[in-house]
Amino acid sequence: MTTFTDTAATALQLLTDLDPLLWSIVGRSLWVSVLATAVACSLGVVLGAWLGVARFVGRDVLLTVLNTLLALPSVVVGLLVYLLLSRTGPLGHLGWLFSLKAMVLAQAVLVLPVVTALTRQCVEDAERSHGEQLQSLGAQSGLRSMLLAWDERYALLTVLIAAFGRAISEVGAVMVVGGNIEGFTRVMTTAIALETSKGDLPLALALGVVLMGVVLLLNALISILRRWRQHIDGASADPVQGVLA
Amino acid sequence: MSEVLQLQDVSVHFGSHMALQAVNLQMHAGERVALVGANGCGKSTLLRVAHGLLKVSRGQVAVPRDVRQAMVFQRPHMLRTSVLHFVVWGLWLQGVGWRDAQARAWQALERVGLQGDMAHRSARTLSGGQQQRLALARAWALQPNFVLLDEPTSSLDPHAKREVERLLTDWVAASDVSLIFSSHNLGQVKRLATRVVYLEAGRVLADLPVDTFFNQPLGESHPEAHLFLKGELG
Repeated sequence: MTTFTDTAATALQLLTDLDPLLWSIVGRSLWVSVLATAVACSLGVVLGAWLGVARFVGRDVLLTVLNTLLALPSVVVGLLVYLLLSRTGPLGHLGWLFSLKAMVLAQAVLVLPVVTALTRQCVEDAERSHGEQLQSLGAQSGLRSMLLAWDERYALLTVLIAAFGRAISEVGAVMVVGGNIEGFTRVMTTAIALETSKGDLPLALALGVVLMGVVLLLNALISILRRWRQHIDGASADPVQGVLA
Repeated sequence: MSEVLQLQDVSVHFGSHMALQAVNLQMHAGERVALVGANGCGKSTLLRVAHGLLKVSRGQVAVPRDVRQAMVFQRPHMLRTSVLHFVVWGLWLQGVGWRDAQARAWQALERVGLQGDMAHRSARTLSGGQQQRLALARAWALQPNFVLLDEPTSSLDPHAKREVERLLTDWVAASDVSLIFSSHNLGQVKRLATRVVYLEAGRVLADLPVDTFFNQPLGESHPEAHLFLKGELG
């Protein structure tokens, strides 16, 4: 018990003293995950919206693969990105391995199926409900998918927040491709894993508290967003809210 | 009179369900055709085929190039935008420049009584009747010469129904626009239509001038339509 209270007290002190090591790790984590989410959302929203509207041979197979990718283990993503970026890999010439760029790429790959699948579901529901009204105005599938995505923008904001939550809380992929190098590629999750194994529990606990705080903040944002939407237009409950849980 | 629509031997099936069966229908400019029949008889399918939203399984649909169509749905979906921009977006999608679209949208909103501050409200906050008036404003702004309406007043309260019907009456009185609409309201059919098409199980079983449909004995010539009228009118 003494160990626990001592650890908690020291962790609290690290937080309140604005420990530079701790907050540099937090800053790096946020930076990597924000960039990865931005990259994944840029591609995933467009791809998901198109999949929500387009009808083509093989679509069902593609959706099955996409849904399977939702359960992709992060260490497998790390391994694949590692193979891509390793010196002998197809992208080895970029020299990204064990850098923040590699971590951004790995997290983006991990989050891309989440963004694509949730956007697809959202836009497909909208297409089923009122796609023909836009079609009636002359909007073909490409334009319609973008319009429907825009019309569902508040639901998609929730997707974005969920994607960020998935990115910032994963550990396997960034550990493999980043190498967990102190002061360079060490982020919150990899630092927690390392410090725990080393026995430096206060720093691990302090980082854990910050990580939980970020996830709590994201869930609060989703909740506020949902209420704001309901206030604005009386929309029904957001089907993708709570994905972070 | 020039033709605005021709359906030739049109069939539509969804899996094993035949929604339309060998339908033939010709419409000329200025005609106002009402589609009547029980739920599921194919009224909405016919309208969607005529508007190009559904592909036919068999037959041909011909719409002359100079015909500009606009469709009003039973429950118009309100885009997450303002009342004004709801109309402007519709025009923009049809290739109208944003500035011209705004000018035309203001005119259309004034026509349906949604001008002024109302134009800047979120379209989703409008009542059902106001939403349908907004949908009419958008259709009107598109300057069509052929309008298709899928049960435009069926989800509205009596007051909103009268208001929407008055707008439609004014529209047809002020122009030679052709109308085809589906309705369960036979009073409305009498007031708005010049011709009535009765459908049953995807087939056209009667296609008659409105006076003939309501005032002539149909028992021998069109027994199904006669039974329908008897059931509806009591």
